[in-house]
Amino acid sequence: MFVFLVRRLLQAVMVMLAVAFIAFLMFRFLGDPVNNIVSQDATQAQREEVRQRLRLDDPLVVQYGRFVVNAAKGDFGISYRNSRPVSALLAERLPATAELVLVAAVLSLVLGIPLGIYTALRPRGVLSQGLQIMSLIGISLPTFVTGILLILVFSVWLGWLPSFGRGDVVDIGWWSTGFLTASGLKALILPSFMLCLFQLTLIMRLVRAEMLEVLRADYIKFAKARGLKNRAIHFRHALKNTLIPVVTIFGLQLGGLIAFAIITETVFQWPGMGALFIQAVNFTDVPVMAAYLVMVSLIFVIINTSVDLLYNVIDPRLRTDPTRATGRGA
Amino acid sequence: MSDTSFTGRLRSFADSDLFYSFRRSRTTVVAAVALTLLFVGAVFAPLIAPHNPFDIANLNLLDSELPPSWLEGGNPAYWLGTDTQARDVLSSILYGLRISLFVGFASVILAAVLGVFLGLLGGFVGGIVDAVIMRVADVLLSFPAILVALLINGVMRGILPANQHESAAILVLVLAIGLTNWVQYARTVRGSTLVERQREYVQAARTIGVGRLRIMLTHILPNVLGPVLVIGTINLGMAVLTEATLSFLGVGMPATQPSLGTLIRVGNEYLFSGIWWVVIFPSATLAVLVLAVNLIGDWLRDALNPKLR
Repeated sequence: MFVFLVRRLLQAVMVMLAVAFIAFLMFRFLGDPVNNIVSQDATQAQREEVRQRLRLDDPLVVQYGRFVVNAAKGDFGISYRNSRPVSALLAERLPATAELVLVAAVLSLVLGIPLGIYTALRPRGVLSQGLQIMSLIGISLPTFVTGILLILVFSVWLGWLPSFGRGDVVDIGWWSTGFLTASGLKALILPSFMLCLFQLTLIMRLVRAEMLEVLRADYIKFAKARGLKNRAIHFRHALKNTLIPVVTIFGLQLGGLIAFAIITETVFQWPGMGALFIQAVNFTDVPVMAAYLVMVSLIFVIINTSVDLLYNVIDPRLRTDPTRATGRGA
Repeated sequence: MSDTSFTGRLRSFADSDLFYSFRRSRTTVVAAVALTLLFVGAVFAPLIAPHNPFDIANLNLLDSELPPSWLEGGNPAYWLGTDTQARDVLSSILYGLRISLFVGFASVILAAVLGVFLGLLGGFVGGIVDAVIMRVADVLLSFPAILVALLINGVMRGILPANQHESAAILVLVLAIGLTNWVQYARTVRGSTLVERQREYVQAARTIGVGRLRIMLTHILPNVLGPVLVIGTINLGMAVLTEATLSFLGVGMPATQPSLGTLIRVGNEYLFSGIWWVVIFPSATLAVLVLAVNLIGDWLRDALNPKLR
């Protein structure tokens, strides 16, 4: 276990160093950093001075080392486009994305698990069949199309819910939250539903499949033979064993939620980090792209590493079956 | 199976297990028909499309924002209505489908060629080359594809001068999507190469002094290509979807050469003016395309190689 822990952590550090290296290369070679700082008509001497100040003449390894140290301190320089420190830009947009992802993650569990149980217990019910078809459609529709349909129905035609922005937000220290106002909560409904839909269907199908498998197991038959109530069998015995893979997939998909938040934020003009990133890609704002890359990678690596570690703690059976965790979608 | 004439081959195909399982699966047949229609529409767009949406001389602004022809105020000449620039929605979709499918196919081919080559190389050579390729693959796989594609896209836009962004958009997309999706091919091919490498025919070729490159390309390659077709079909849906997403996000095809994703992005801006048809029809086309490709991909996977399930 200890060896596994050390190896896994070492691997995580290696991935982060590699990501930092890519970010560093982008910084150094994607456009000339000097040109992005000095004005158009700067003299050669001025340019040379900036070069000296940025210490761009040092060996690459030294520059990379400095980049890693700065990145670890959260310093990614100044955005080319907004002329503001990247860390400040990201910090200001972090709450919007974090709240969106959090609500979507909770929704996918709160809706996905009960629906999965229901479809497993009543596989031939009309509602179950309907849900199965819905989930197939939900999984095949491109996410942005789902978002547009939601806006068309609930904002344009029915006029019930807002189609863009966060509504009124309340500042708590540096964190701005939409949880405390009615308009903030209303604004969350459509985007979080769009974001959670893919994961919701995934969890529903997973719970259903696992549940159906567990219900065929010998110990369930035995529990029935002992005369236990259905409710006790389903929830005490079956559900518990169903939830282990759900935890795993949920963890792995959390990273996916952060990535897909980019699309959701574009559809709903949500002022989060993903929208910032798209803007950066569009204008080749390298510091913002690099910072986003490093930050999201860090979140991914932390999630993946903890899931892997949890894996081993919760269920030793899964150790030899690496194919289980490969369910990924675009 | 000695009859190699065309009709003979056709007959043996009609008799094959593959065709049997195709006929038996009704959803697959429906998906295949839908996909064929979309293909034909895309390939022959210039012949089929009732209007040329890019010929400004043909556009009459009086015809802008017309609803589909079966609704009140619709014009039978514009079956699915027109957009704000008076472009025929059906024609735009057909031309957009062309671009979407082209980017999809080209990026799948790029990913397959790259992945097969790297997998073959890693599996055959082994050692540090293999370790590096597989570590890169691991890292790529731990990020969602859309994020990697966005990043590659951003980097390439940075490399290209700004005035070439529009003309190079197709190339940028193909590279971004292709470079994102090679991992699965590489892993599969590497796995089978590791097995094939031990076989007698490879040892025999080595004994008689055949070069390493030649063994890789003419002896091992044909034997590890089987699953590539299946992965390619499954990836096609993914590639089309990624292209649409990038274009929708505004970093893919420009509005002057719209793909389905671009059409949806542009249409989305007019959602509140009530002209829903400019966004719904391209969206529906995209959804049907992706669904059909995915259904066929799943069927092919199950029919050809149940072990890949």
